[in-house]
Amino acid sequence: MSDLTTMSAAQLAKAIAGKEASAVEVATAHLDRIDAVDARVHAFLHVDREGALAAAADVDAGKVTGPLAGVPIAVKDVIATKGVPTTAASKILEGWRPPYDATLVERLRAAGTVMLGKTNMDEFAMGSSTEYSAYGPTNNPWDLGRIPGGSGGGSAAALAAYEAPLAIGTDTGGSIRQPGAVTGTVGAKPTYGGTSRYGLIAFSSSLDTPGPCARNVEDAALLHAVIAGHDPRDSTSIPQPVPDVVGAARLGATGDLSGVKLGVVKEFAGDGSEPGVLSAFHESLEALVKLGAEIVEVSCPHFQYALPAYYLIAPSEASSNLARFDGVRYGLRTGDDGRHSLEEVMSLTREAGFGPEVKRRIIIGAYALSSGYYDAYYGQAQKIRTLITRDFESAWQKVDVLVSPTTPFVAFPFGSRTSDPYQMYLADLFTIPTNLYGGPAISVPCGLSEGLPVGFQVMAPTMADDRMYRVAAALESAVGTLTPPTLEASA
Amino acid sequence: MAAISREEVAHLARLSRLAVTEEELDRFAGQLDVILQSVARVGEVAADDIPPTSHSVPLTNVYRDDVPAPSLTQDEALSGAPDAFEGRFRVPQILAEED
Repeated sequence: MSDLTTMSAAQLAKAIAGKEASAVEVATAHLDRIDAVDARVHAFLHVDREGALAAAADVDAGKVTGPLAGVPIAVKDVIATKGVPTTAASKILEGWRPPYDATLVERLRAAGTVMLGKTNMDEFAMGSSTEYSAYGPTNNPWDLGRIPGGSGGGSAAALAAYEAPLAIGTDTGGSIRQPGAVTGTVGAKPTYGGTSRYGLIAFSSSLDTPGPCARNVEDAALLHAVIAGHDPRDSTSIPQPVPDVVGAARLGATGDLSGVKLGVVKEFAGDGSEPGVLSAFHESLEALVKLGAEIVEVSCPHFQYALPAYYLIAPSEASSNLARFDGVRYGLRTGDDGRHSLEEVMSLTREAGFGPEVKRRIIIGAYALSSGYYDAYYGQAQKIRTLITRDFESAWQKVDVLVSPTTPFVAFPFGSRTSDPYQMYLADLFTIPTNLYGGPAISVPCGLSEGLPVGFQVMAPTMADDRMYRVAAALESAVGTLTPPTLEASA
Repeated sequence: MAAISREEVAHLARLSRLAVTEEELDRFAGQLDVILQSVARVGEVAADDIPPTSHSVPLTNVYRDDVPAPSLTQDEALSGAPDAFEGRFRVPQILAEED
């Protein structure tokens, strides 16, 4: 493994700017690393060697500058990349090459990053393990027999396998944070509307939030600063300045949290969490107290209804959003043999193109939205969304941030939660309230349980993304980053 | 009592344009029933007087500036189509000859 692949994004940017390393060398080192280990990890659905080397050469030639010039990045395959295959890990989009870039991809290019390729995920970002990818799961670099989290397991695993120093994820119910937690990496969900959804293949439009993935908090903040900010092409984009997340991460790294009040959610105490997760969480709280933070117990009585509300709202929106995959404008078409009607071709295309979890969610959504059930299910879930938002707002009267474990359990073995889909949904127990509220939240590694990473979640008020970076960086300064196994020996 | 029957799943699949198989119906009916029984917990909360939230960003009537800007060309827009004909998306016949 080359030293260039173990450096942080901040270090790489500095080395390239100072001509200590060329962007082409850095890109090549990461592409070689992918060649060496990705057959076992399967973090990538598509590697764009040619495009990466061309982008790196442009940086070396001085044609592209920017805060992350020459730093390689992996992008979740749910984000449109012009001319580069984009499938959302679904058969229905196999081979699709978008004719345009997502806004955040434009911003990544402008910042000088070098895109290595597209990362694996659960199909249409529906899942917590990448087991629902139509192209096979990603393996967790910590233990190749275990899940890397989901839906953004490919992005998180690429970081943990040193295939990329930075990655992009999307978080609808925890799809950035839970993979971060179980791979020992950092994943941040910005404030909803803080990052543009233009060019993101929609799953649940009122919840989907793109965000940064990295191996340390400062790198995540640097990437956050590059992709965030108002986009007139997204009508839910917030027209306000981006909070100073990089400054906050650096402030937090000094290890001083004097006067910061951390709220521990009473209703999350012990609720289904593994003992090793809880002990790592409590040891982290003690570390934060030593840095000057004050711990306050906070009651959020409606958080217990977040999971059921989410699994009504998200499928409802998905059932509508995924109607666009009808075999007309892009992707797969099945049954167009002159013997089937347009409607039959659509039904055959969708049957052949969608995997089981996507079909389940479309049907659940259609059910929850149907007349007769609407008030009891979708309408009621929207009211609970209001109550959860009120719980957050009342918490902000008492504390600066809320903290919890990111996910109740460490990386689980493949196949252990696929037979009962609801068992899979429980992975999102602690991450979902934030999505329904719309605020930012981050997962930062806080220790190991039986040799596997545990994530610590920091939730902050809407547009106070800087607060979560400060607390996460302070925790990182106290407990350090986690170093995954090298994968070298098991070749 | 089951929250959803096999027949309802079949009906919803038809509405959703999913040509599901008999085996899928058997499997989904049980799985969806478990999921719906679990999410039905939302009904435990008394929320009659609570306004619904559809969206966390309180923005309404968002318009872009009315200035012309380049968009996709016809070729680009058709580049991903399974079938195109004379600059249009081609689809299977919708109306029969006698219509």
